[in-house]
Amino acid sequence: MTDDVVLRVLAKQMIPFILLFALYVQFHGDYGPGGGFQAGVLFGAGFMLYGMVFGVTTLERLFPGGAFRIGIAAGVLLYSAVGIAGVLLSGNFLDYNVLAADPKAGQHMGIIVVEFGIGVTVAAVMIAAFYAFARPKA
Amino acid sequence: MSEILDYVLLLLLAATAIGIVRLRGLIAVVMLSGIYSLLVASLFIVLDAPDVALTEAAVGAGAATILMLGTVALTTREEKRARFRPVSFLVVVVTGLMLIYGTSSLPPFGAEDAPAQVHVGPRYLTEGYEQTGVPNIVTAVLASYRGFDTLGEVVVILSAGVGVLMLLAGRRRAQGEKGQ
Amino acid sequence: MDFVDGFATHYNYWIVIILMMTGFYLVIARPNMVKQLVGLSLFQGSMFILYISFAYVTGGSAPIIVEGEQSYANPLPHVLILTAIVVGISTTAVGLALVVRIHQAFGTIEEDEIHDLTRED
Repeated sequence: MTDDVVLRVLAKQMIPFILLFALYVQFHGDYGPGGGFQAGVLFGAGFMLYGMVFGVTTLERLFPGGAFRIGIAAGVLLYSAVGIAGVLLSGNFLDYNVLAADPKAGQHMGIIVVEFGIGVTVAAVMIAAFYAFARPKA
Repeated sequence: MSEILDYVLLLLLAATAIGIVRLRGLIAVVMLSGIYSLLVASLFIVLDAPDVALTEAAVGAGAATILMLGTVALTTREEKRARFRPVSFLVVVVTGLMLIYGTSSLPPFGAEDAPAQVHVGPRYLTEGYEQTGVPNIVTAVLASYRGFDTLGEVVVILSAGVGVLMLLAGRRRAQGEKGQ
Repeated sequence: MDFVDGFATHYNYWIVIILMMTGFYLVIARPNMVKQLVGLSLFQGSMFILYISFAYVTGGSAPIIVEGEQSYANPLPHVLILTAIVVGISTTAVGLALVVRIHQAFGTIEEDEIHDLTRED
């Protein structure tokens, strides 16, 4: 935590845009550069910046560490669920063609959901690791 | 133009690496390794890999630097002994020279007919858009063609996350069980 | 191989090997564990550059399909390295967590001091 006014004001201005950019990278990843891995790390970096400037205690009051522990597993489960959905719709594991009537629409849907799962896990791991290093006794 | 940028960035990378070897203050070392990652990210932009550059910039210059600074804050700030080790240096030089000799059989940089360019890559580029409807082929290959591989990678990240939490966050309970 | 010709076509690979060996030296020669992990990430970074150099095509563009563009960089190494970077930071985080725990247990993160401490026991 810092008392530097410049840092506090600038961080407050920038963090919403970092998180917005992360969401853009997440959901625009099929048309431009980006995807789940990049978005997850960017999202995590936004949280880390907040924690560094305003103190990890403040951040933890807003977002308890337990939420991110659930997020770590939730992303992987979402990814696997898409794979199993393919099996249930009589395709192969992780076969997106069967997810919608049109194979191309199915591919698109599958890719977006899978990338979202990746993003959730990566962001949650980054923030959980940050908590662990910043407050090792918690 | 991109060749000049490539040369300059690689030269800066080598200088940063040597700086990392020579410095003993660990905070400076960690900051230099952040700079190293940022240079690598700039190089990826020059080499037409914007997806990888975005990841490297966010991971290397952001997350990794913060985690390393956290470690330095929890441990020590100074490397105690930075002796020159002749045997290690000799091993490194010999290995390096052998590897440089090995590069003579690699295809020239940027060649279109290199073995790496003729196998599956062109098929992804010509058929990927029609099959998935996703213009960014990196995303298409990552999430669709190599979806199973990526699932494995995400599980690796999950395991790493669980490992960090077990090592650092689960301590109080472990000490409580010992009756401290 | 002629040196001047080799410089133009293999410069990337040579610098990659220099960076790789710098990281290797840090890992084998330095007792400080944080420095060893930094060396490991230097090594990793050089590997990433090697793969992306393989993918590069002179005069090509980023592998995002645009009308009228003929030549693209190979997307496969990009995918491999993209995931490798994120897996790399996760494993580095585990390594750093281990270093923190080692410091709590031994009060030092110098490899030779830990060696001395465990020998006395």
